[in-house]
This record gives sequence, C-alpha cells and structure tokens, in this order.
Amino acid sequence: MQLRDLTLDDIESLAVGAWILGTGGGGSSYLGLLNMRALYAEGHRVQLMQPQDLADDDWVAAVSNMGAPLVGQERLTDSRTIARAVQLMEEHTGYHFRGIMALEIGGGNAIQPLMAAAHLKRPVIDADMMGRAYPEAQMTSVAVGDLKPYPLTTVDVRGLEAVVEKVPSWKWMERVSRKICVEYGSIASTCKAPRTGAEVKQWCIHGTTTKAIKIGAAVRKAQKEHQDPIAAILAVEPGKVLYKGKVVDVDRRATEGFLRGRTRFEGSDDWRGTQMELDFQNEWIVARLDGEPIAMSPDLICVLDSVSGENVGTETIRYGQRVTVIALPPPPVFLTERGLHFVGPRAFNYDIDFKSVFQS
Amino acid sequence: MRRVGIDVGGTNTDAVLIEEGKVVRAVKAPTTEDVTSGILEALAKLNETGVVAAKPVDAVMIGTTHFINAVVQRRSLSKVAALRLGMPASASLPPFCDWPADLDEIVRGGVWMVEGGHEYDGRPFMPFDAEGVRRAAREMKAKGLKAVAISAIFSPLDSSHERQAAEIIAQEVPGAVITCSADLGRIGLLERENAGLLNAALADLARDTIAAFEKSIRDSGINAPLFITQNDGTVAEAAQAAKLPVYSFASGATNSMRGAAYLSGLADAMVADVGGTTTDIGQLRNGFPREANSVVEVGGVRTLFRMPDLYSFGLGGGSHVSLDPVKIGPLSVGYKLMKEGIAFGGKQLTTTDIAVASGVLGIGDKSRVAQYDAETCKRVFAEAKRMVEEAVDRMKTEAGDVPLVAVGGGAFLIPDELEGVSKVIRVEHGDCANAVGAAIAQVSGEVDQIFRDLTRAEALAKATEIANDRAVAAGADRATLKTIETEDMPIAYLPGNSLRVRVRVVGDVAAA
Repeated sequence: MQLRDLTLDDIESLAVGAWILGTGGGGSSYLGLLNMRALYAEGHRVQLMQPQDLADDDWVAAVSNMGAPLVGQERLTDSRTIARAVQLMEEHTGYHFRGIMALEIGGGNAIQPLMAAAHLKRPVIDADMMGRAYPEAQMTSVAVGDLKPYPLTTVDVRGLEAVVEKVPSWKWMERVSRKICVEYGSIASTCKAPRTGAEVKQWCIHGTTTKAIKIGAAVRKAQKEHQDPIAAILAVEPGKVLYKGKVVDVDRRATEGFLRGRTRFEGSDDWRGTQMELDFQNEWIVARLDGEPIAMSPDLICVLDSVSGENVGTETIRYGQRVTVIALPPPPVFLTERGLHFVGPRAFNYDIDFKSVFQS
Repeated sequence: MRRVGIDVGGTNTDAVLIEEGKVVRAVKAPTTEDVTSGILEALAKLNETGVVAAKPVDAVMIGTTHFINAVVQRRSLSKVAALRLGMPASASLPPFCDWPADLDEIVRGGVWMVEGGHEYDGRPFMPFDAEGVRRAAREMKAKGLKAVAISAIFSPLDSSHERQAAEIIAQEVPGAVITCSADLGRIGLLERENAGLLNAALADLARDTIAAFEKSIRDSGINAPLFITQNDGTVAEAAQAAKLPVYSFASGATNSMRGAAYLSGLADAMVADVGGTTTDIGQLRNGFPREANSVVEVGGVRTLFRMPDLYSFGLGGGSHVSLDPVKIGPLSVGYKLMKEGIAFGGKQLTTTDIAVASGVLGIGDKSRVAQYDAETCKRVFAEAKRMVEEAVDRMKTEAGDVPLVAVGGGAFLIPDELEGVSKVIRVEHGDCANAVGAAIAQVSGEVDQIFRDLTRAEALAKATEIANDRAVAAGADRATLKTIETEDMPIAYLPGNSLRVRVRVVGDVAAA
C-alpha cells in the first residue's frame, strides 16, 4: 500500500482547487490553509491514502465544519476542534478510524480532514461524498446509497459536545444537527456517520483530493507564468467553457436558511450579444443561455475570474466582474435515477429534466 | 468657505486654495524626505501672491501616502502588543498568524489571548475575563510595550469587551496608545485585527507626523484647523486621524477622483487619472469613489480597508511604445521622461514622444521625432484608446454610456471619443485634482453589522442612525448629513431574518 506525503505546496494547491470545486459555495479555504501552514511549521505532516487500499472492515471518519460562513470569519476554524469531533466519535462508537475523509471537497471543508489527520496522525482518504459542495446533508453519495445516516458528533470549542444517536433519515439528520449548530452559535465541528472501508469503496467519490490539488496546481502555475488559467484547468480536467462575460446583475435573498438568487451576465468573445442567467442556492444550480437551460446540477458549474482563474463565490460575486463559466463532469453516482432524485434539478425545485453538458 | 488642500504624493506636493467653490490658485513643489519642508515650500508658493494670507482660512486638509509608505518600506513602525478576546475560539490562528515574516519581526511585541467576545446574535461568547486582561497588561508593561491592539470576536456588533479591556490597559500601562478593532469596522476577525495591529504600529509615527503637519501649517502663518483626508474621500480631524492612521492609507487616489468630481461638477462619472506609468480608472457614485468590497493587501497584510475600487493599467505619459506590432507599456521611463524620451534626446520611444510627433503636445524637440509619421501616431493613439475603452467597460457598473473625466499629467492620451462614454471631460487644474479633492473633503460615518428580527426598513433606519452618530463624533455638522451608500445582504444559514447592513453617511465639516 502506498501513502502519498502531502507537501505544503500540495495543500496550497488544494485550497485553490477546492474553492473552485465549491461551485460557488462551500466557503473560502483560506483559514483552513492558514491552520495547515501553522501545523506544518510545527512539524506535523499529512499523508493521503487511496480508498481501494482500505480493508472492507476498516472504519473511516467523515468530517465537516457546519454553519454560517460569516460566523467562520469571526470564530476562526481551529484545527483541534475537528480532531476532537473525530475522537468523540471513536469514544462513542469504540471504533478506531483507519483514516479521515471529507464530507465535501468543495470549499473550506476540503481542508478539515487534513487538520484532524495532522493531530490524530491518521491518513486522509482520497475521497469525499459530494465531489463538490452542496447545501444539504442528504445531497451526498452515501444518501444515494441509502447508507445509515447516524450517529453524528458535534463539537464547540468551548467544550460543548453532543451526539445525535439515531435518526430515521438523512433529512432528519439535517434538521436535528442544524438545531444544535445554531445553538452553538451557528458553527460546529462535526464527524458524520462512520463508514466502513467497503462502503467508502462502493459509495464514496474517489480521488477528489488529488483532483482538487491538480486543478489548484494548474491554476497556480498558470498565474505564475502569466498563462491562461482557464485553459490550464481544462488541460487537466475534461471540462467545457459555457460562457465568457461580465456580471450585470446579482439578486440575492435568504430563504429557509439558504442564500438563493440569480446572477445575470452579458457575453463577450464568442458569446457577445448573448445573455446568461445563473441561479444559485448557496451553490450554482442552473445555467440558462438566452433563456434555455444549458447546464444544471449535478454537472459542476464553476464561475471563475477570467484573468486570475480564481473562484468567484455566490456570496461575493458582484456587478462588473469579468468571469468565465465552466462545467466539470459530475460523479457518476449522481447520474443514476436515485442520484438525480437527490441532486438533480427537481431536488432544487426546477421543473426541468436533467441533461448533462457532457452528453453527446 | 476658504480652504487649503494639500496632497503629499511620491513626487510632488500639490497645494490649492479654494474659495466659495472656486479654485483660486494651484501650485506644485517637490515632495521632500521629511515631508514637512515640501509642505512649507508648497504653501509659500501658494501664498506668493499674498492670496492665502489676505483673508482667514477655514480649514487645511492634507492627504498623504506617508503612512502606507511606512508599512510598505518597513520603517518608523512601533512594536505592538496584541490582545485578543475570544478564547477558547480561534486559538490555532493567533494574531500575526498571516503576516509576512519581515514585517512580523519588526512589529510583533507580544501576543495575549484571553476569554471574551460575542456571538453573531449579541450573546456573549464567553464572559469577559477582566483578571486575564489585567495580567496581560502587566506583562505588556514589564516588556515596555506601549502600542496595544485589542480585538474581540464580533466586536463590530458589540464592542463592550474591547472597551473594558482598553480601560484596564490604560490603568495598568501609563501612556499606552490603544487601538480597538471595533473602530476599524468590518466583520472578519483576522482582517480587522490586522488593521488594528498596523494601526497600533503606526501610532507613534502618526502622532509625530500630524504634529509636524500642524507645525508647518502654523509656521506658514495659517491659523486654521487641520484635517487629514481618508481612504474614502472624507476627512477626519487631525487628532482623530492621528489615532486611526490606517484610514488615511489610500487617500491619494481617492482625492484625485473626488477632485475630478468637483472640478467637473459631476457626481456620477468615470474618472481616468493618467500618470507617468499607470492610469487609474474608478467610478464616482454620488461624488465619491466606489469602494472595493474585498480583501485588500497592504504591505503583504490582509485587511478590509475602505479603499476605492480602482483598475490600474500600464498606460501613462512615460509608457514605452513599440511599433511592430503596436504595444504600449507596462514598462515606463517614469520620472526620467525628460531624459530618456526621444523628443528629449533619449533613446526610448514613449507615448509622450508620439504626442510630440503628432503635435498634440508642444514640448521637447519635435525634429527628433520627425520619423514617426501621422499614420504611426494614429495607430499608437488607437491602441491607447482601445486600452482605455476596455478599462472603462471593466469598471462600469451599469449598462449605457457614462461621462468620463480625464485628469493627470498624461490625460492627453485619452481621446475625445470613447466607446461606452457619452462625453470626455477635461477640466482646468486637472493636474492638481488630488489637492482639490483634499480641499473639498467631507466627514463620514459608517456602519456594517448584522441586524436580527427587524424588517428591512427598520434595520436600514437603525443602521443610518448609528452611522449618523459616528459622523457627528468625527466632526460632521448633523444638519448636512446625507446617506450616500446603503447595501444589505441576507445572511445564509443564520436564523431570525439576519440582515447584514452597510450604510455610509457624509456631511460637511462642522464649524469650529
């Protein structure tokens, strides 16, 4: 079995790539990156393990930081809290985790397993459950696989710890854990239901940490060499450019705890004279070109700064920005009928049939 | 109203006298190492005709890049004691954690972290640890630290813990110069704390510099209160500005945009300030530059300063020109134009040489640039036009044509007809637009915080009230206050109809 040593340079790339895979949401990875810089300066190191190297009866922890990105800007993520959520799960279940993986590779949560791994001296598993970021707990590959949604541990840095012992569904897990999170101050470090090696191999989305590093490294290299970062991404990922243009309107509203809205673009280059509308629900969900839907979840829709190639998020996008919209292929698990039930356009209340940008 | 406006730039110190809304006189003097003798010389030139001394001056407004240069050049900075209230949260990312090593080495005096701070909804995060703060203060005193930066979680929503800590430190450390992060605004602990640390590091320099400004004003025979211009195009009283020097960081660019607004009489327009090396394009809204709404790095430190949203690109009077194919900049001969430009006997073809060859400018030796025919000049000007059009389009915030005010020494590079621009406006004294902007600055108040369980209208009203109070505290006349910017954004995930509201108001300087 081969473990890959992650260098700090890999982690710098991971932060850039994960933010892009956040498809507009997921929160910035900057504070997670700062934590990793500090841990590496103290001599901590993290290794990456491939999911196929897990034994079927190994246990794997899945972690994420839950809550409002805004609160995260004041209560800065502390690497020890996420490690504590994993420990608490071990104490509660009696399992010894072989490795730690991310719930979502998109945004700041891509770095959380690395922080826990550094403190607990376990490898990070090169996989996640979304392949991007999604707004709700049931929008995962393990929910598509109908795997057990409990237990879940939640930790607040002040010594508050709670375990959600049992719930009948992923939807209930979302509701109950969200309540705890709000009481903590709208931020909580969580360890999700433990997964066996067999489950990770069958249901999780493999290679996503490596993929984020690869995308981030391509963007960083292009920036350094003053090359086109979008072309650099498309050279390492089988993506497609959907649109180039300028933001001409951003309409945001918060409903039921989510940031929803629509951004409109006016085209440039090959798209001069056309209009794009991009709807979001924390993440980019549906893209329309001159009124016709051309890309939708679960295809990954990423909005990038046309010059720097860096991600433009739904919380920060603003009028006048020059952007390139690209699509990246979705994990195959979301393309099944059951997958589309959880994360297809109808899961976001759009009455359209899913059609992938990548269908020929 | 009679005011003197002064802009202390990298090359020139400009001074203008404005009386009843008109520029009476505008002069330039070279900026000096000590800054103050350059100001004295500029004021002496301004008064050569006796016009300044003829009648009382109501106010002197100075804009300077002195403080930002101190950070960028790593000089005249004090050691800072950092106190953060928020334990046990954020402990793995202590103050200074993302500073460049060289600046950290110079500024870090010590770090103390104790319990305190608030939640997003106003509940205390942890009770305020008065004993912990007192212990920290004694250790600061023992280390001989006087400059103190205090930060607390969510202090823009509730600053009480920072204020209590400041009181304790003032008791324990005689002569302490204290910066509270709540006075520096925005949500974002690390960036707000960084601003506080930079501010504390500049406290001694600011006090000395502003005292020197006051002395040079007095020595020049002017008896008027001194104001320092801020990043956002407003001013603060000298005493207030000495406490918050980081708010004066970007005032040069802001002043030139404000000056352009004033000289042209336009409140909503694009402004192109063409210098020797770069052109800055920004947008005026209600007579003020639109602000950047993102992270701004100063000397390698992330902050959330109120800075104008400018797009800078390499087009200036000294920009290198190559002809096959036509390309302008980004390299520039800069201040060496009069030596290195071909029209002045040098070897480097610049935009100014092209302007001389085509007869647009009547400087230098036209015979030296005779080989550049009308067709060549046309192609170079066309490239400049293309660059400006692209930048204007990038900075525009709405569709439709807008007027553009061209200022700065290189304004000849802006053609009279531009795509997306309704009219190109050139103004008298455009080369001193920055000093004019300083002279006409107003006082502002700002709020940026989260409101819960209020209707949108109630939240906006509450925010405006807070901003008004802050403006009056900064020296504004309450009767003249008007709201120039409001922005509200619902916060995803937070319960109780949380709304983040940002409001900015401005008013005239209150009569003394």
